[in-house]
Amino acid sequence: MRILDYLKRRFLHAVLLLAAISVLTFGIAQLAPGTFLDEMRLNPQISAQTVDSLRVQYGLDQPLPVRYLRWIASAFAGEFGYSLAYNMPVSALLWTRMRNTFLLGTTAMLIAWSLALPLGIWGAFRPKGWIDRGNSAISTLLLSSPELALGMLFMLAAARFGVLPTGGMTSLYSEQTGFAVADVIRHLAIPATVLALVAAPMLLRHVRAAMLEAWNSPFVKAAKGHGIGNRRLLLHHALPAAANPLISLFGLSLAGLVSGSFLIEVIMGWPGLGPLFINAIFARDLHVVMAVVMLFSVLLVIANLISDVLLYAVDPRVRAEC
Amino acid sequence: MLMHRKIFAIAMAFAAVHCGILFAGFFAPYMPSAQHREHAYARPTKLHFVDAQGQVHIRPFVYPSVPVEGEGFQYREDPSSGYPIRFLSRKSDGIHLLAVDSQADLFLFGTDGYGRDIFSRLLFGGRISLLAAMVATLLSLLIGVAAGGIAGHFGGAVDAVIMRSSELVLALPWIYLLLAIRGSLPLHVEPTRTLILLSAVIGAMGWARPARLIRGVVLSARERPFVSAARGFGASEWYLLRRHVLPQTLGVITAQAVTLIPQFVAAEATLSFLGLGIGEPVPSWGNMLSAFQQFQTVSSYWWMAAPLVALVAVSLTYFVLADALHQAGARINSGQSYA
Repeated sequence: MRILDYLKRRFLHAVLLLAAISVLTFGIAQLAPGTFLDEMRLNPQISAQTVDSLRVQYGLDQPLPVRYLRWIASAFAGEFGYSLAYNMPVSALLWTRMRNTFLLGTTAMLIAWSLALPLGIWGAFRPKGWIDRGNSAISTLLLSSPELALGMLFMLAAARFGVLPTGGMTSLYSEQTGFAVADVIRHLAIPATVLALVAAPMLLRHVRAAMLEAWNSPFVKAAKGHGIGNRRLLLHHALPAAANPLISLFGLSLAGLVSGSFLIEVIMGWPGLGPLFINAIFARDLHVVMAVVMLFSVLLVIANLISDVLLYAVDPRVRAEC
Repeated sequence: MLMHRKIFAIAMAFAAVHCGILFAGFFAPYMPSAQHREHAYARPTKLHFVDAQGQVHIRPFVYPSVPVEGEGFQYREDPSSGYPIRFLSRKSDGIHLLAVDSQADLFLFGTDGYGRDIFSRLLFGGRISLLAAMVATLLSLLIGVAAGGIAGHFGGAVDAVIMRSSELVLALPWIYLLLAIRGSLPLHVEPTRTLILLSAVIGAMGWARPARLIRGVVLSARERPFVSAARGFGASEWYLLRRHVLPQTLGVITAQAVTLIPQFVAAEATLSFLGLGIGEPVPSWGNMLSAFQQFQTVSSYWWMAAPLVALVAVSLTYFVLADALHQAGARINSGQSYA
């Protein structure tokens, strides 16, 4: 019963947060000095009457609250408004691009965690060892390289050595040659690696800190005194105790990847939400802009919700607090 | 002792980076907008120490580069006459650290598509990038201190509103929000106004974290015995805030400033790279990199990536500085406890 209460509270919190974000996003978008139709007005081939009738057709002549409610209604109907530049519902634009962004993000996340977990655990197991020192030096360098710099350096290297493609997601004619999957993997390699390298140092530090704390705690020492081997001690005693901050981190790391993936997508020409978003900004296609911001906010809120629930399931201390 | 030497080294690196950028006019051989159209996309000029006769010179010299006939943007050195590098030479626009006679060119990091010296643009661009970042940081901290101080000191409904809105800002994917706000402002404005606009937008985004940290410090500070004592002597709330509580937040403020500046340098670079920031002809690290959106540049003109190195270098010095501050703070706190 208590889990239900807990879930209900977290869920309510998430919904309120999303509602606030939607108002904020809508408000910011309405501040824009020009609209898509204003740009259209500059085109001498389109008459003023056409633009005016489009205005009425898209409901842009309505007052703000009405437009906000219409937007929300269309979001619930699964359309997320109407893209004026592409002349179709925004949702039709979103799905394929979201799939690509997800492909990139999950691959990067897998790489990042599979780097950070073993290296962080080992760093806590042998602090100040040469692996730990190496990790700390490399992660300092990576943490202080902006995503822009890291992405471009990798792209320069790719262009120089010519082994991996420097942009896009598929090659021309890859469908016919029958190596479509291999081709996408080749294209995925550089952006996913860059994203993973952006995310990994932060994860590594947290894993190391959490494991270090667990490793030095009295109950692990007691278990060690009972003669339990290092391997079992590490995996069965220390790791579950260190899991709490790592699960919260899981949600946060998703947030980092989402923000990071935008820039990498634009630099590397990955056909995800990033390029769609930046083009929408330049075209003043506000419904697309709002939809992408909302989509990512929803993703983040869901990720945090999942990590909250996981925390509840894994950590008895959290259950006691509720 | 080791710690002192380390901090000294960090401080020197920090000073070197900032002096180079602050006195760009002195360190840069050319003006940032000076074009050498006949030397577009020139590779970095080679410095020579040994001349054609095999004689070694202490003062480095350069050979003038001449275009290769029939090929675009290809240059070769003309070894018939070398020109020594002159240090501290006076030109019409002031004294330059490095210069060569006008028959030859000194492009330390090569040139871009207009034949503008990348090294000079890097130094002048650093001014813009760092200035924007610092103004934005200042703004963020001002809002952060005000919001956090008020929330922590007065508590209640004000506290709840401020903290909920900071959660809201932190919950949003910040780069998208940044771009959405930037996108909702005029796209084409002149460089100086863009600088202000950009700093304001970036600064308005970053207040949430400092506000939360400062609220924490204020909450603990107002419970300290000497603050209670002062309150007991009849000190007003504003006096307490100004005299006793806010000075204690100084540590957090410095630490936040040092972490925010490199983040905001990267934010400015990102926006300018995407064409939403500072535009030509004013150089900034971001708009110098925007040439990399063309594959031609990526594959052939690698030296134009110099701003990337500058970005990493600046971030690294700030990062190491923040780390050193953090460690020093931890030592001080472990040495003397307030409670």
